[in-house]
Amino acid sequence: MKNFKENLMRIVFFISALASVAAVALICLFLFANGFPAMREIGFVNFLLGQVWAPGRGYYGILPFILGSIYVTAGAIVVGVPIGIISAVFMSRFCPKRTYKLIKPAINLLAGIPSVVYGFFGLVVLVPLIMGLPFEMRSGQTMLAASLLLGIMILPTVIAVSESALRSVPESYYEGALALGASHERSVYFCVLPAARSGIFAAVILGIGRAIGETMAVIMVAGNQPRMPAGLLSGVRTMTANIGLEMSYAGGLHRDALIATGVVLFVFILIINWSFSMLKRSMEQ
Amino acid sequence: MRNKTTRKPIDIVFRCITYFAISMTLFALIYIIGYILFSGLPHLRPSLFSFNPPLDSISITPPIISTIILIFSALIIAVPLGIFAAIYLVEYAKRDNKVVKIIRLTTETLAGIPSIVYGLFGWLFLVIFLGWSQSLLAGAITVSIMVLPLIIRTTEEALKSVSDSFREGSFGLGAGRLRTVFRIVLPSAIPGILAGVILAIGRIAGETAALLLTAGGSPASTIFPTSIFDSVRPLSVHMYLLVMEPAPGYFDESRNAAYATAVVLLITVVGINALSAFVAKRLAKG
Repeated sequence: MKNFKENLMRIVFFISALASVAAVALICLFLFANGFPAMREIGFVNFLLGQVWAPGRGYYGILPFILGSIYVTAGAIVVGVPIGIISAVFMSRFCPKRTYKLIKPAINLLAGIPSVVYGFFGLVVLVPLIMGLPFEMRSGQTMLAASLLLGIMILPTVIAVSESALRSVPESYYEGALALGASHERSVYFCVLPAARSGIFAAVILGIGRAIGETMAVIMVAGNQPRMPAGLLSGVRTMTANIGLEMSYAGGLHRDALIATGVVLFVFILIINWSFSMLKRSMEQ
Repeated sequence: MRNKTTRKPIDIVFRCITYFAISMTLFALIYIIGYILFSGLPHLRPSLFSFNPPLDSISITPPIISTIILIFSALIIAVPLGIFAAIYLVEYAKRDNKVVKIIRLTTETLAGIPSIVYGLFGWLFLVIFLGWSQSLLAGAITVSIMVLPLIIRTTEEALKSVSDSFREGSFGLGAGRLRTVFRIVLPSAIPGILAGVILAIGRIAGETAALLLTAGGSPASTIFPTSIFDSVRPLSVHMYLLVMEPAPGYFDESRNAAYATAVVLLITVVGINALSAFVAKRLAKG
């Protein structure tokens, strides 16, 4: 009887553990099964490299959105990564213990703010601010606004992962540098920081994943014009925004083209995830 | 006493850069929270929480109720599943098992999938394929898959932090593996698991993209949803629609309600984060 119960529960636990495998399998199945036929119907080249998205006239080119996602993410990296890494340096090597106890939860809080609230903040604060710049533009809802906002949004991720990378550098590196006569700053920036580079690289990759997948905040500040990106001060539409905006009313091939957009986004995310876990694994070894 | 003798101008530059970066981070945080609170609190009026039908689309009572129901139904699915999965991974599985490697890989993959892809999947599978339409049930299941990796990971960490001497003691007294897990290991790991569950609540409360596609967004006709197949409008989706699709002629009212909703969302999330940190701290104390 006891053995039966043991074995039964072992099987229950095992099946529960398989739930995430099943979830990933189902997600792949449903996305690819619905997305690929659409891609074939539109034509892979026309779909991936087409520059015009006009579902009403039968044009389904998502190159503008792929580029939009890449540009906006690159902008977010430029804004968020340097500040994030240096903040992590502060947290791990410059911060007094008492201050740390205050700042650490604050940065976690930054990670907890919902993306609609970020988007709203971007819309009512950043967008008017950009509108006030002395350049000619139609609206403040621009690639710049999206990049700035995403740069802030990836900060907590970049800081948390870089900080743990910096902390996993053996103390002897720092002490060795000090013993050779380097100052505190020099030891940290020229000895500890380079030693943590693979972990910091992982932080950047994770930040890229966050930025490329963000939807609501981007929709609210990026302008979403379905045309080729035309610079920092014009509107841009990302892959995520394309799905989020048009899914509610699309039908037929238009709907399938949106799912196919999701497939392309999903492939981007998979590549980013796998490079992250590969990097993490090589770090652990 | 740091080595002040070798301090050169470049050190001062590095020090300044460091303090500049952390100030920027904190400035962003304080500005966002301060701005939302200062401009939102004045709009937080009792009329926003009206219970009286006919419900105008601005009242945030039905969205709050929808969000709470969604959180509970998603947790009912995700918490047992996540805890059981973590128990398998920590207490039962052998380290180099191939299946375990696949489970870990897929859990990591799940954690990285953006919410719009979850929304797309939930819409394709639950809303269309299973024919549930945009509903409470479809939304709850979608977000339960979304928070599953979070719960698995935090539970795993909590289980691993239970000292092996507890397990050995229990085995030594003749208890089986199952009894050891439920009577000895799990109770000691509860604060860590709870901290993870609270974080999951925060994630669900703030989730928008996935729920927009799976739970719907039509304004509620009743205070409480009448069945699990009712379309619901969670708080975050409500806020998004107030901002992006205000009712014609009611731009100002919608915008003010959006400010107020942002405050409610922000306070909820801040509270949840504080609670999770508090619970985790109790774990550290033992």
